[in-house]
Amino acid sequence: MARITAGVTTSHVPAIGAAIDLGKTQQEYWAPLFKGYEYSKRWIGEQKPDVILLVYNDHASAFSMELMPTFAIGTGEKFQPADEGWGPRPVPEVVGHPELAAHIAQSVIQQDFDLTLVNRMDVDHGLTVPLSLMFGQPGAWPCKVIPIAVNVVLYPPPSGRRCYELGKALRRAVDSFDGDLNVQVWGTGGMSHQLQGPRAGLINREFDNDFLERLVNDPEGLSQMPHVEYMREAGSEGIELVMWLVMRGALDDKVTEKHRFYHVPASNTAVGHLILENS
Amino acid sequence: MSLDKPYADIPGTTVFDADMARVGYHLNQFCMSLMKADNRERFKADERAYLDEWSMTEAQKQAVLDRDYNRMIDLGGNIYFLAKIFSTDGLSFQHAAATMTGMSQEEYAQMMLSGGRSPEGNRYLNETSGGD
Repeated sequence: MARITAGVTTSHVPAIGAAIDLGKTQQEYWAPLFKGYEYSKRWIGEQKPDVILLVYNDHASAFSMELMPTFAIGTGEKFQPADEGWGPRPVPEVVGHPELAAHIAQSVIQQDFDLTLVNRMDVDHGLTVPLSLMFGQPGAWPCKVIPIAVNVVLYPPPSGRRCYELGKALRRAVDSFDGDLNVQVWGTGGMSHQLQGPRAGLINREFDNDFLERLVNDPEGLSQMPHVEYMREAGSEGIELVMWLVMRGALDDKVTEKHRFYHVPASNTAVGHLILENS
Repeated sequence: MSLDKPYADIPGTTVFDADMARVGYHLNQFCMSLMKADNRERFKADERAYLDEWSMTEAQKQAVLDRDYNRMIDLGGNIYFLAKIFSTDGLSFQHAAATMTGMSQEEYAQMMLSGGRSPEGNRYLNETSGGD
């Protein structure tokens, strides 16, 4: 049967993607950040996941104000990198897993999470930057990816609690799939950052490090954090961190922490990264 | 009964909620149109004429022409949509963020290198700076 073996969280700052695409990863500004992912690249090379459920948010690329689903799952065969205003990133197309995605949709909706099914959407930096950070620059991504898009652009996004419970529903769905698949769940976005208004540039190291610790060891408690606390403490865009709780909900209550990394800054943002394995 | 908005007292921050999305609908959809290269070229060739194709308010159009991002946000713009404008201009997120804080891009970049803007004194309106 299919099984969820591990979870990854990482920030998905667009400037990180640009640094990779433009060959700047060894520059003084960027080198310390990429050093934090060296272990991760080795680890994923050994893990060889078949499918990644990649939880991310669209940044007004595929979804405009015409349509803004709270939770959407990519059930299509392929997803192209989005043109976000300066041309698409030069990265491989993303190949989905329609069979598993359809199974997840049917299972999760019947667990009271009303996913929107999407067969055609372009995927932006929220999805492609984490792939680049973990896999580098291959000619094709080495595994299938099922995009799971969470609205965190239009307030209110789903609560942390709801995201955590979605993770648990995803776990049950994967566990009941009749294929022999090694599945990972990734939660992306964050950490503290604010991109708008006079308070732009907010970074909260104390909050971020507490969040990393609690995500590993107190996810139940962390899932109770209200939206306003994310925004007040971690900046208006720091609310992306609710997506990390989807990843955590899909793992065992007790996990093995394989890697933790925190770095400030990447452009406007604090970067956090965790690798957790089910025992 | 009005909705509870507990985030209204966060300083220097406009939360893009459903009310703001209603006010900014046409502004944000104009921004989305700039994801197409042809539209970017038409906008750059004559910004005013391109804006006049959209049922935006005059204040929204003027804020775009002025590249006044704080004003655009006041008028319902969301930063991820507005990003299409500064991307069209060939400018970075950090450049745009700096203009919203009143700092030069160099000053802003230095603040980020030094660890970013502290949350101390920046959590609540009228908060005494440095206290919490």
